[in-house]
Amino acid sequence: MINIFKIAYLITFLLVGTAQVNAEEKVELLKTDWSFKGLFGKFDRGSLQRGYQVYTEVCASCHSMKYVSYRNLFEPGGPEFTEGQAKAIAASFEVTDGPNSDGEMFLRPAKLSDKFVMPFANVKAAQAANGGAYPPDMSVLAKARSGGVDYIYSVLLGYEDPPSGVTLDDGVYYNKYMYGNKIKMSEPLSDGLVEYSDGTIASKEQMAKDVTTFLMWTAEPHLEARHKMGFKAILYLIILTILVYFSMKKIWSRIESEV
Amino acid sequence: MSDHEYVPKSKFGKWFNDRLPLLSLASHLTDYPTPKNLNYWWTFGGILTFCLLTQIVTGLTLAMHYIAHADLAFESVEHIMRDVNYGWLIRYIHANGASMFFLAVYIHIFRSLFYGSYKSPREIIWIIGIIIYLLMMAAAFMGYVLPWGQMSFWGATVITNLFSAIPLVGEGIVNWLWGGYSVDNPTLTRFFTLHYLIPFLILGLVVLHIWALHIPGNNNPVGIDVKKPSKDTVPFHPYIVIKDAFALLMFTIVFAFFVFYSPNVLGHADNYIEANPMVTPAHIVPEWYLLPFYAILRSVPDKLMGVVAMLSAILILAALPWLDTSKIRSAVFRPLYKQFYWILLIDVLVLGYVGAMPAEGLYLLIARVATAYYFIHFLIILPVLGFKEKTIPLPLSITEPVLGGFPNAAIVKKKESLN
Repeated sequence: MINIFKIAYLITFLLVGTAQVNAEEKVELLKTDWSFKGLFGKFDRGSLQRGYQVYTEVCASCHSMKYVSYRNLFEPGGPEFTEGQAKAIAASFEVTDGPNSDGEMFLRPAKLSDKFVMPFANVKAAQAANGGAYPPDMSVLAKARSGGVDYIYSVLLGYEDPPSGVTLDDGVYYNKYMYGNKIKMSEPLSDGLVEYSDGTIASKEQMAKDVTTFLMWTAEPHLEARHKMGFKAILYLIILTILVYFSMKKIWSRIESEV
Repeated sequence: MSDHEYVPKSKFGKWFNDRLPLLSLASHLTDYPTPKNLNYWWTFGGILTFCLLTQIVTGLTLAMHYIAHADLAFESVEHIMRDVNYGWLIRYIHANGASMFFLAVYIHIFRSLFYGSYKSPREIIWIIGIIIYLLMMAAAFMGYVLPWGQMSFWGATVITNLFSAIPLVGEGIVNWLWGGYSVDNPTLTRFFTLHYLIPFLILGLVVLHIWALHIPGNNNPVGIDVKKPSKDTVPFHPYIVIKDAFALLMFTIVFAFFVFYSPNVLGHADNYIEANPMVTPAHIVPEWYLLPFYAILRSVPDKLMGVVAMLSAILILAALPWLDTSKIRSAVFRPLYKQFYWILLIDVLVLGYVGAMPAEGLYLLIARVATAYYFIHFLIILPVLGFKEKTIPLPLSITEPVLGGFPNAAIVKKKESLN
């Protein structure tokens, strides 16, 4: 039995050790309590719905979200708008479809099955409109930055006047948490920028938290299902392991040896 | 093998077995006499078989949904993660499964190093194992390229560029590997094909690995030859099967924890950014399991010599049965070797650590010292140690240690008190 603990200890040590090697953070990121962390972590529906509002009213004018569909908005584990709400949201956007029977492309209101409409036709158009910088697609952004949600949350709140000695070009801003501290996006959030329908006060911190929660969901839409299944799977494995342990003891008791 | 006596009971069984002795094989596998003192470090063979099969099954499923095209690969992975039923589960098992596979193989290799399992008469088992390990690295590297993220693309660029170090023909070889003048769609499609092929090559080699193992039988913690079958051995089924199953379950708990609760902690965030040939990531790092060799590669200032050093670091293992001149297998009876063993283990962990760090300043110095020590261990310490070391006397059998120094003294005491 002692050997088993040794093995378990070594495995944990090795994996934790290597995980820490990858996480080299220089600036201490801002922390907030994320409801989706931990063994039973779930998204806060209200926060997701507010986050969608912030995304669509603030971010979506520059940042695309090309892997997310309107139908995802009412699917379980997400913001869980009603199907009617999701349809209405979709219908407020126009997509190019076609060609029709005359061979012409045409515009129609978006349907649930459509992906989120992109703000720019292509990367070049996005760059041209944003001073040469491409606003990254936000679908998987929360997984595509080391530091994840904490990093995004920190960048949203990390705008400052540049310290003396740092000169910034036109259209470049100082951000405490951004890699290299220079960012081409002007500060996107300010108190009261959006008006939440559920009465939550739209402070900068609140909006940053809501939109980051929303980004975590778009990056990991099955996170809740994963946590739920993980708990069941691991519980099952532990019980099975215990049963097999006693069977093993019984079988090995037939011979004069230790397991 | 002592299965010649096996005769199936039924008439049909006998008829069939005379034509294709599958029943004899099954009988051999269940009765296979195994030393009864095997500890839990011996369960990783079974765990590795499980890892291989898991990778094949999840890989086949992923291949049904994945599209090997530079413009569509990244999107198809997101499609798997979002729209395929339990696609996220299958992909996370496959991605973390690679890490688990390497974790298990490193434990398996270091177990072999500690107990001298590579020594006569098991050299062929060991060499097949090294070939499997090489193929695993190739498969893992090419698999990491398939999602076509930033780290996929730049990892592929860095590793394939190593071949350009070969004098005269290097550039040509690199272009041939790429199928063009940079890593692009032709590179992706061939990597996908090879990534699909290699696991089946490994599977074939695993069969040979086990076949070769069943000729001399298992080594054991005491490292002495065991008479088979005897009271020193137990039949593989049910004794070893149940023990392997127990260890495997413990392993799957760790595995499940990664899959369900930190599926991305062993990966790199940059690989969720779609490949962009115009933007180079700040640090290009391989997956954790290749870091020690990456550190060796970077510790040599000359590109060609770096590549040679890295390849030698792996290939030197194949020569191990002859580099280790000691006749005693188990480190339990080799007090000096035991210490060098632990130093080597720490050395490799240090190499892994500096492999993840930028190759500059102190890190580079540490990498160089650790690289030098790695080779000194195999090329100088091991050959010399076999002649100089004063070993502890071996017991006559694993059940009745006569000459003392038996590792599990508790059993001996228990026996004495019973008498």
